[in-house]
Amino acid sequence: MTEFLNMGGYAFYVWSAFGFSALVMAILFIQPIVQHRQAWREAEALHDDDADNLGERP
Amino acid sequence: MTEKRTMSPLLKWFYRLGAPVWFYPFAGRLLPWLGALFLLLLLPGLYLGLWHAPADYQQGDSFRIMYVHVPAAWLSMFVYFAMAVSAVVALVWRLRMAEIMILSSAPIGAGFALIALVTGALWGKPMWGAWWVWDARLTSELILLFIYLGIIALYNAIEDRRSAGRAMSLLTLVGVVNLPIIHYSVVWWNTLHQGATVSKFDTPSIHIDMLIPLLLMAAAFKVFYGWTLLLKMRANLLEQDLHNGWVKERIYASKTAPKNSTGRVADKGHQYD
Repeated sequence: MTEFLNMGGYAFYVWSAFGFSALVMAILFIQPIVQHRQAWREAEALHDDDADNLGERP
Repeated sequence: MTEKRTMSPLLKWFYRLGAPVWFYPFAGRLLPWLGALFLLLLLPGLYLGLWHAPADYQQGDSFRIMYVHVPAAWLSMFVYFAMAVSAVVALVWRLRMAEIMILSSAPIGAGFALIALVTGALWGKPMWGAWWVWDARLTSELILLFIYLGIIALYNAIEDRRSAGRAMSLLTLVGVVNLPIIHYSVVWWNTLHQGATVSKFDTPSIHIDMLIPLLLMAAAFKVFYGWTLLLKMRANLLEQDLHNGWVKERIYASKTAPKNSTGRVADKGHQYD
């Protein structure tokens, strides 16, 4: 296992490369989910008001 | 005869994809499948690449950086090619969905160009003795990253969405000249970067135990693009169409959907459907 982690002496370069890739891919995955959630909440608030306007307002 | 009857099923499908009211739930249903397929390709790719493949006789274990570097570099060009095709569709048929596709692809392409450059530096340092050299392959890939960032900046700089979409499509088409430059840079110029090993027509000069994980990782990255592209397109569509009827319909549908005991919408209509 230590031999595996050591990567024949190239541990820093190999694991940095894989770690950086994982980080960027995690951002590419999470950012649209956050953006979608935010837009969804905005849409909910917006169309709640619409329903009120159609209803009991004098 | 009505127009509907003469329309081929393929054309009908194409028109449907262009309509957010149809595309949004369709993309939502695809998401979990693409996520599963991504993991199914990624996990064996990582295992075989990091563990099973033998160390390179010249480069030792540092060659394993290839398993993220090469798929990322390939994908950074593939994404651009897909955007260029979409740009033609956007300009010729004025299809808004094609503009949304370009807008949503650009940050993904930029992300993978960045991965290619950074992992390349991490590979170059121990092998060439330098993090960076102004070599044709590296420079043209850096230009690709700047083109991606330029496309995003241009879209955000123009107020009107459709004008922004047209400008962005045009810039995408102009930037396509960079693709052959990246690809042939190792042939046209005398560079430090190694030449092609996989796409050579005769026989790839790479051992099969090294090649299989590379192909798995490349396929995993392609699926990842499809997965995050759909996520990003859905987010962009919802964000831009807040006042539109189809969004209103989605909101109402999610509110009237039957709820289970935990009070959450049972079919997750708003999330995937």
